[in-house]
Amino acid sequence: MSKAALSVEHTTMPLLGRLPAHSSRAEQVAHIAEAARQIRIQDLKLVYHAGAGHIGGDFSAIDILATLYGAVLEIGPETVADPERDRFILSKGHVAGALYTTLAAFGFLPITELATFLKPLSALNGHPNRTKVAGVEANTGPLGHGLPIAVGHALSAKLDVSLRRTYVLVGDGELQEGSNWEAMMAASQYQLDRLTVIVDRNRLQQGATTKETNDLDPLPEKAAAFGFAVVEVNGHDHGELLDVLSAVPFRPGKPTFVIAHTHKGHPVSFMSNNVAWHHKVPNPAEYQQAMTELETVGQPRLAVSPRLDKELR
Amino acid sequence: MTVVDTSIADQPRYDCRDAYVETLAELAHEDHRIVGVVNDSVGSSKLNSFRKAFPDRLINVGIAEQDMVGVASGLANGGRIPFVSAASCFLTARALEQIKADVAYSNTNVKLCGMSPGVAYGELGPTHHSIEDIAWLRAISGMTIIVPADPVETAAALRWAAAVDGPVFIRVSRMSVPQVYPDSYTFEPGKAITMRAGNDVTLISNGTVLWRAMVAAEQLAAEGISARVLSMPSVKPLDVEAVVAAAEQTAGIVTAEESTIAGGLGGAVAETVVQHHPARVSILGIPEFAPTGSAGYLLDRYGLSPEGIADTARRLVS
Ligand SMILES: Cc1ncc(C[n+]2csc(CCOP(=O)(O)OP(=O)(O)O)c2C)c(N)n1
Repeated sequence: MSKAALSVEHTTMPLLGRLPAHSSRAEQVAHIAEAARQIRIQDLKLVYHAGAGHIGGDFSAIDILATLYGAVLEIGPETVADPERDRFILSKGHVAGALYTTLAAFGFLPITELATFLKPLSALNGHPNRTKVAGVEANTGPLGHGLPIAVGHALSAKLDVSLRRTYVLVGDGELQEGSNWEAMMAASQYQLDRLTVIVDRNRLQQGATTKETNDLDPLPEKAAAFGFAVVEVNGHDHGELLDVLSAVPFRPGKPTFVIAHTHKGHPVSFMSNNVAWHHKVPNPAEYQQAMTELETVGQPRLAVSPRLDKELR
Repeated sequence: MTVVDTSIADQPRYDCRDAYVETLAELAHEDHRIVGVVNDSVGSSKLNSFRKAFPDRLINVGIAEQDMVGVASGLANGGRIPFVSAASCFLTARALEQIKADVAYSNTNVKLCGMSPGVAYGELGPTHHSIEDIAWLRAISGMTIIVPADPVETAAALRWAAAVDGPVFIRVSRMSVPQVYPDSYTFEPGKAITMRAGNDVTLISNGTVLWRAMVAAEQLAAEGISARVLSMPSVKPLDVEAVVAAAEQTAGIVTAEESTIAGGLGGAVAETVVQHHPARVSILGIPEFAPTGSAGYLLDRYGLSPEGIADTARRLVS
């Protein structure tokens, strides 16, 4: 079977948008779950037909992205330039494909524009560009940049006496960059309690596990020692994500550190928790299998047992 | 591998990272002081086999480039010869102060190997392109900067670097290139190599663009324009004599490189020419944060194809 180059034919995702604010929690969670499923299907098509991308990290983060854009962030296509909008900064910029697909799902860019992903002169580069794509807040790609930028924005909000919130998603491997820890010290020094750092804790990086490379554990204790209120969630459980991400700040005066336990490649059986899928592109058989799994698998399962900090809930 | 007498464009192509790992392993067998230092870049530097052969001598500091170069400086202080092996963009941009203070100013015996430089990362965009590395490092006193054009030169430059005491930066190309040098080639710092004699115009190039300049010279020759082609792997120190001779003997110089037009090989040539023998110089390179596109697309876009280089040379002589 030969593979067609990415085209508008492959942009099949429906426009999802957001539910009305008065919707029940159950409705919200169901909506996020469906959005995440659609975003994964679309993202798989992008990576497969474009022949490039970071599918492992994409799939690790999509439930977090869908929750943020689907129900948490005070931002929409009409308010994308509103100075009072909430800010979301994708620090692990290599999952740009997941971000673009999420932004398209919620109306920030035409779904058909996804067909330009990685093509010559496209706005949809392999790493996000805020000067080209509405909704992108920072030109990330080099790891360890998003958290300092988020601290700067949270400081700016504080100076404005604004209640707008700042969220930043970092990879766990990314936390090996010292700039993150410098920024965390500043965040607690300035008591930025409307700043939330979300760690995509999939325990894998580019070439190996984080443990084999430069172990981060005990991560909760480290973040707490740096002055953060720490919460652990199942990063593929939309209900938990919704509850936690909409509840910040947990402790007045403290920034929040959400450790989202995830699996790289989730929920595709042969990709999940497999470091080989950092930036591998599926072959036709793998594509078919992944698509079948995404289309048929209902509620994704996760093998880790998440723990919510009792003190905080 | 031998170079046969057909157009260089038709020769088989090689990823210089293969010559890099092969040579590094040979050097490590010969000299126990040699170690590799990486930033979660074992795979992207193709060092899996090295890690297998020398598990204790491949130090992976994680995704932490400042630490990586600082650690390399300390390893050198302890008598090791560290070959730091990381994507050139992160190695040079993120750890620039470590390169300046801990390596160059401290004059430590650290070899900085910038993998996949230039626009090799194509669609991954300007954050991952390493077009500024040459300009940044040229500005630092005490750095030797080598931009090899093929696997033979990559290996030769590594051998030379291992044998000298002091900081060296070597670009290791990912974009595949034909073999342009004979197997017997040895690297000499500060020396240009005349790839083709000519007296109408001079093309000065290195790295992945050198073979393109050689093809451009073939095209120009067909029109009766005799282009001298100088390979300039050693951007610092530069072969001042060869540049001045080109300025004196030909109508002008075209520089062509896979890096920014500000402060790279073109900058080095222009600085030399204005001080010694003012002449016309056209600088080809990447003039901006490149738009989305593959490496090949981007090289063509900025006139770094054989046709683009030949066009610039024609304009210079006309
Ligand atoms: C400063 C810097 N160094 C190295 C890289 C190369 N790189 C891209 S992704 C990656 C692994 C990231 O791991 P993690 O943060 O855990 O992300 P995930 O596994 O969730 O994709 C590396 C090393 C980079 N982008 N930036």
